Amino acid sequence: MFCEKAIELIRELHRVSDGQLPAFNEDGLRQVLQEMEALYEQNQADVSEAKAAGRGDLIPSIKLRHCCLLRNQRCVVAYLYDRLLRIRALRWEYGSVLPANVRFHMSAEEVQWFGQYKKSLASFMRSIGGQEGLDVTQDMKPPKSLYIQVRCLKDHGEFEIDDGTVILLKKNSQHFLPRWKCEQLIRQGVLEHVMS
Amino acid sequence: MSDALSEDGSDINQDDSQEEDVMTPAELIAKLEQAWLNEKFSPELLENRSEVVECVMEQLTHMEANLQRVKKGDAKAGFHRMEIDRIRFVLSSYLRSRLQKIEKYFPHVLEREKSLVEGQPSLLSPEEFAFAKEYYANTETYLKAVALKRMPPNLQAVDMLKAVPEPCLDSFVFLRVKERQENILIEPETDEQRDFVVDLEEGSQHLMRYRIVAPLVSSGAVQLI
Repeated sequence: MFCEKAIELIRELHRVSDGQLPAFNEDGLRQVLQEMEALYEQNQADVSEAKAAGRGDLIPSIKLRHCCLLRNQRCVVAYLYDRLLRIRALRWEYGSVLPANVRFHMSAEEVQWFGQYKKSLASFMRSIGGQEGLDVTQDMKPPKSLYIQVRCLKDHGEFEIDDGTVILLKKNSQHFLPRWKCEQLIRQGVLEHVMS
Repeated sequence: MSDALSEDGSDINQDDSQEEDVMTPAELIAKLEQAWLNEKFSPELLENRSEVVECVMEQLTHMEANLQRVKKGDAKAGFHRMEIDRIRFVLSSYLRSRLQKIEKYFPHVLEREKSLVEGQPSLLSPEEFAFAKEYYANTETYLKAVALKRMPPNLQAVDMLKAVPEPCLDSFVFLRVKERQENILIEPETDEQRDFVVDLEEGSQHLMRYRIVAPLVSSGAVQLI
């Protein structure tokens, strides 16, 4: 049946939980595009035939193929756009540098889109307020406590906090640090918030 | 308000000489919070409040500067820090709400901006407008390169206005009435209902379809909660 491959693309995204990004289905996309090409050519032929030989009986199949073409287009665009939305969410979750295992699942064009999105977002953030701007990807949660207990998950070297003291972030060491200083490092996976 | 803000009071008033109504820092933060809540709970993008954003950014800069001058180890520093973080959270959250709606409804937002009549206030700040246009262009270029240009000739374009859904203005919102409103027309949702009229008393709280109160949100007569 027509459009099955296109639906499969949609189902593939639907199956993957929670905004994760599966590998880019280059093959699937190509098959849908090939089906579209075939349908279009058949329609071109039938349309000329219908006009030339007055074959009105061909019109229902022409209409059917046209509907399939529209459906395929819609499914493909939905598949591609949904992936873009998942990639966009990654910028907000992980920061500007994506983990390698995620990048591996992105096509070259998606990587390009991401690069452009990052740039637009950075421009926007820099323009806020007229001085240095504001990083709106920080402060994702309302501030609760001033200082938090954190454990260091990997060696990160020296870390300076506001009053000048320098902390050595060694793997497995625990520290009581100002929350606002730790946010970025927590999101990057260097520190872990220890809740007692 | 904390000490850090009250020290700044005089500075802000002098800086805002262009503003007709000079705001105290407390009023400024209250305005920010109102804009934040309205934007958070409204299904559609509201008018931009860049004057408020700019003033709050200035305020934060003043507060940070004051914080540097506080003696190290002084207990007050912690409270000032918390105040700064809270305000920065509200501001970031406000801007994030707007960005999310801009991205979600990008063709509609750009269309509305394009069709503004002379004298009507802008929906987007200039920076948001640039961001929205870049988002549109980036996405369109991507879709064309990866799929659309490989499709049959009559299918190489996608009407973004039709492809991207519009915000649902009939979603229900909670609101508190700030200025008394009379004779608000509630249109029926189904054919069996009839339309009726309500008066909104000052201070009362309601749950209604956004569409009905949209103009009241813009004018500030109601506050979304």
